[in-house]
Amino acid sequence: MSYIHLNNSDLLLGALLVLLNGGLSLALDLRLERRLFISAMRMVVQLTLVGLVLTTLFALVSPFWTAITALIMILFAGYEIRARQDRRFIGFWAYSLGTGAMLIASMLVMLFALTTQLAPTPWYDPRYAIPLLGMVLGNAMTGISLGLQTLTTNAVRERVSIEARLTLGATRVEALLPVVRLALRSAFMPIINTMAATGVVALPGMMTGQILSGVEPVEAVKYQILVLFLISGGTGLGAMIAVLAGASRLTDHRHRLRLERLQAPQR
Amino acid sequence: MLSVYSLSHPGLQLVSFRLAAGESLVVRGASGSGKTLLLRAIADLDPNQGSIFLEFQARESMPAPQWRRLVCYLPAESGWWAERVRDHFVDWSLALPLVVELNLPEACGEWPIQRLSTGERQRLALIRAMVQKPKILLLDEPTSGLDAESTSRVEALVERHRKAGGGVVWVTHDAAQLKRVASRILVLDGGKATISDNHNVSGNRSNDNRGAEVESPCPTFI
Repeated sequence: MSYIHLNNSDLLLGALLVLLNGGLSLALDLRLERRLFISAMRMVVQLTLVGLVLTTLFALVSPFWTAITALIMILFAGYEIRARQDRRFIGFWAYSLGTGAMLIASMLVMLFALTTQLAPTPWYDPRYAIPLLGMVLGNAMTGISLGLQTLTTNAVRERVSIEARLTLGATRVEALLPVVRLALRSAFMPIINTMAATGVVALPGMMTGQILSGVEPVEAVKYQILVLFLISGGTGLGAMIAVLAGASRLTDHRHRLRLERLQAPQR
Repeated sequence: MLSVYSLSHPGLQLVSFRLAAGESLVVRGASGSGKTLLLRAIADLDPNQGSIFLEFQARESMPAPQWRRLVCYLPAESGWWAERVRDHFVDWSLALPLVVELNLPEACGEWPIQRLSTGERQRLALIRAMVQKPKILLLDEPTSGLDAESTSRVEALVERHRKAGGGVVWVTHDAAQLKRVASRILVLDGGKATISDNHNVSGNRSNDNRGAEVESPCPTFI
């Protein structure tokens, strides 16, 4: 296992490409140079900080700090899910539905992976736990956002037909089932498409990274396959929890449709 | 048969009334006076306070789906969830006699929902409710999209339901229809409710099989 060490001068050389883009923007009057510069700087600063945090974290190998980091990542992802909803739930549900679903799903998947397939010592070794969690969260976040978005949008759009079933004596489960199915299908779509396209259309970043750092491609592929399984498990579980909890929040014990528990559309 | 006590809901003041078997109560009031909200509250489709009994059985003593089968609300805009008409019926053959009675072709079971006119939807929604044999019908403008012929057939069907001992609470804007079908009238004004007899109907009430429950003065209209 060997990899080519990168110097700071190598990075500066790479940054020339961004400068080139900036020049292009000036020449063509695209007015993107400011945003381009800020984004590039943010990327450098954020990644440098993450690098420092991870270095400290990996040196500590402390269950407490690993857990704190994981929690912060989950809270950020939950915030992102809320931000992606057109029709949010009222009150603390807007945040807690997605966050709670992600917390349960990612914890289950991570515990499963870290105690059986990967089994580092100790099992909570942040060198394994944190990058894996990052990948699971990133994808579960997309799935849960889509699932909740489809659920709430269609519950509002199908209000008349849902209530028609309720007036005829359907239970809330029967009345909401078509919408719930739709929501879960759209939650699953991205990960299904990713799995189908991986290796043909795109080489996943994680696998590419491992190969660049000297890992044999066959070994890197095994890791990638495991990670995709973990991701699809986490996404499915998370979307299921979020959509079912959302559906039960949209109804009540007297089998009424409670759309007033949603806020007005955001956009 | 149906006793409603102090029913309230945001946008609806306290409403109380009793409906006897075979009776038809018509709800009147300007747009926005809460007519639809009243029907929805009785069917327990919106959160509401107050108590409602059907033949001395409290609404809360049974699951809401069971209540809604007995006390069936027919909204002004009917909802459809499947492709074809017959997919909305548990047993389409039970609906056929009513389909003929309401002047619809028997073949309409195969029709896609998109093809239905407003009037066809209204009649099919009524049939869909009637095949479940509810005791009380809560009708929200059930004939607003119908011609005179179909309207009278719908009225006849509802009349038969009444004669068989069922009850009807009925929202209509049509003054002529009110005179034809009402045994009593409930007027909603600014969320307040007052009840009066429909004196224009002759013979309507004498036909009613009115129990002791009704002879007692109708309690509390606040």
